[in-house]
Amino acid sequence: MTSSRAAKALFQAGAVVLALGLTAAVLAATGTRPFAAFASIASGAAGNWGVASDVVVAWVPLLLVTSGLLVTFTVGLWNIGIEGQITLGAVFATWALRSCEGSALSPALAIALAFAAGMAGGSLWAMLVGALKTFGGVNEIFGGLGMNYVATALNIWLIFGPWKRPGIASMSGTLPFDKAYWLPTLNEQSRLAPVAAGAAVLAIVLVFLLVQGTYFGLKLKAVGKNPKAAFLLGVPTWQYMMASFAICGALAGVAGAVQVTAVYHRLIPSISSGYGYLGLMVAMLVNFSAALAAPVALFFAALNVGAIQLPITLKLDSALAGVLQGTLVLFVLLAEGLRGRLMGKKGGKA
Amino acid sequence: MRIELRNIDKSFGPVHANAGVSLAVESASILGILGENGAGKSTLMKILSGFQPPDSGEILLDGERAAIRSPADAIRLGIGMLHQDPLDFPPLKLVDDLVLGSPGSLRPDRGKAAKELRELAGRFGFDLDPGSYVDALTVGERQQLEIIRLLWLGAKVLILDEPTTGISLPQKEKLFATIKRLASEGMTVLFVSHKLEDVEALCDRAVVLRQGRLVGGSEPPFDARRLVELMFGKELPQAPRRRAEPGEAVLSASGLCLDSIRLQIKDLELSVCSGETIGLAGMEGSGQALFLSSCAGLERPVSGRLRLGERDMTSAGHHDYKRSGVAYLPAARLEEGLVPGLSLSDHFTLAEGKKGLFIDRGEADRRAMSRIAAYNIKGRPESPVESLSGGNQQRALLALLREELSLILVEHPTRGLDIESTAYIWSKLKERCAKGAAIVFISSDLDEILQYSDRVIVFFAGRVSPPLPAEGLGVEELGRLIGGKGWERFDEAKAPTGAARGQGA
Repeated sequence: MTSSRAAKALFQAGAVVLALGLTAAVLAATGTRPFAAFASIASGAAGNWGVASDVVVAWVPLLLVTSGLLVTFTVGLWNIGIEGQITLGAVFATWALRSCEGSALSPALAIALAFAAGMAGGSLWAMLVGALKTFGGVNEIFGGLGMNYVATALNIWLIFGPWKRPGIASMSGTLPFDKAYWLPTLNEQSRLAPVAAGAAVLAIVLVFLLVQGTYFGLKLKAVGKNPKAAFLLGVPTWQYMMASFAICGALAGVAGAVQVTAVYHRLIPSISSGYGYLGLMVAMLVNFSAALAAPVALFFAALNVGAIQLPITLKLDSALAGVLQGTLVLFVLLAEGLRGRLMGKKGGKA
Repeated sequence: MRIELRNIDKSFGPVHANAGVSLAVESASILGILGENGAGKSTLMKILSGFQPPDSGEILLDGERAAIRSPADAIRLGIGMLHQDPLDFPPLKLVDDLVLGSPGSLRPDRGKAAKELRELAGRFGFDLDPGSYVDALTVGERQQLEIIRLLWLGAKVLILDEPTTGISLPQKEKLFATIKRLASEGMTVLFVSHKLEDVEALCDRAVVLRQGRLVGGSEPPFDARRLVELMFGKELPQAPRRRAEPGEAVLSASGLCLDSIRLQIKDLELSVCSGETIGLAGMEGSGQALFLSSCAGLERPVSGRLRLGERDMTSAGHHDYKRSGVAYLPAARLEEGLVPGLSLSDHFTLAEGKKGLFIDRGEADRRAMSRIAAYNIKGRPESPVESLSGGNQQRALLALLREELSLILVEHPTRGLDIESTAYIWSKLKERCAKGAAIVFISSDLDEILQYSDRVIVFFAGRVSPPLPAEGLGVEELGRLIGGKGWERFDEAKAPTGAARGQGA
């Protein structure tokens, strides 16, 4: 047992080293000193209090969507429509806030409503994908991708149509909300909202408990690993798939609502910021285990934030973060595959 | 071709599947290889056919050392294996299935292949049309296709792994005639089986594997008792037949019509009584599986009625049936019955169907321990089900059954299990009968059907016989019915032998 665990750690470490090595090689090939680039990312992510808090700001939506994706992965679904679900969460939250602005409702209640609306929006979008799969036989990957495009189009239409700024519509989004409707942040400059961070941590803890310790989680696992047997064992399969879509969509919706109420204070065209796809990578990297999701998501957030200053410091594109994240996921998955092959994980039958 | 295996050794982790097996087979002879499940038969054959390499040891073909690294190597050297489950391509045409494995040019010569397929099939009296699709064939016909394919590829050695499972009696007779003829023409045949009678009927010599070792052999006339002793270490007593006293009707079907892509069942009348066991016999794909799944609510009838007790269940779903005390055990244990990746304990927790939020792990493990003990499963609560052997998986499936059951539907309850496991599984099933549950099961093993059923229903291409009392029904007669012969008597007097009992028909 322990030796196989040690081997696993060894393979994982090797994968990380290889990913760093490959990225370094790419950097070297373009004439940049790799170490300088890595150092720049590190200082960009942890160099001062401001950037460190930005890392947490990026971590919150990433952890929220990763938590949701762990639920859909558990039931065996590839919820690639998560991007659209974040967008719809943002759209619904914006709609709620716009409706409350200028009303007698207290701002705190309005924000709470915005979050509830965001959850509903994300859930609705996810369940549409689920309905397409269950009743229409559309694979959730295709359905999800399609719904992502619809969500983007809807978002752009709202920003340039019904919700456009007075005067001229702009790619910079809708008119910012009144300050009273911003989610309270640590201080004036910061975009870090403790409530949002708390929600993200709560989400991953709940998902962990759900999957590990509850009947619901066990049934999700059963459906994910063998839907046919799960059905014969008495689990209503499609209902559980729908439920997991609803949960994942709701968490993505919260992420969208956080972006709207705490980070941008308005609806912008690229409101999902690719956190959905990044969340898919985090979930794969942690091999769908909730225990590791929080630190790995934090690392990915740090890479994203740390890479922002690369164009200034080293004249490198900030997409380097994505390169590093992508190679990391690929190498870790590769290491897992190789380990399975080399260590002969499969027992044989005579 | 003469085959010699020398000191073949193969381990899978802690399991020593083959331990220094040495064996020689002369050409133009049929060697039976006997052994219970897990004795190492399949492993040895997979080594010979290039499916997996041995850890050590060597293979000599006509006295020369041969390096067999893949099934392609093996067939090039003339060794062809007929697998237990046909390894073919159901969506392809027969001729494409044939040319697919041949080393050939970019454009296969289908015309020539089709002609040769027809010739070979004709030689052995097989009815195979090169232009039809593989999925339209029965298991027996797919076997015939596979034999033709191997011959076409130039096999001089034929390995048959449990070839008589799932085929009808006439098909089996034809298969045996074919094998004998091939052997007389110089073919070396290795016949893997755990059915003594098949080995007796066919083989020139038999060897027995037990726990990875070659423990003995015998030549005709075979002493069945001695072979059983070699295989199991002791002779197993046959369970005494006991006729159940049928109680009241548990399940009744009236005018039931079922429809699948390949066949229709019309106007099925049946009443299953509590405490009885009904065996469904027939060639695979004759409608028995369709009927069984409709009894579990997994398949909706086109018309007619299904009742559980007094309750009409015609349009109910599987979970309604489950709640009404019906259990369905599928044949594909690991594909449909169990969830690979989950532990035994998880399975018991799932099957218990308890509502609540958090699982009490301690209680779950205690429950698992007691079930494991009660059903004699070799495993621990935390063992993943895929790590269990086939027999233990079947025991686990039985252990998952709830206490209060009125009807148990089982597909192939003992397929692939050895005699000891078979006896155990049936003793557990019969315990359920004694408590009042009815059992309806499918089996392609005629002995199993006759030994354990009270009544037998034969399916042939969607036609359904009335229930026949198992007592007085012989293998011979049952085999003929399965093969579609002797059905006229049911036409003359419809349902004379107790069909629609209690239906007032």
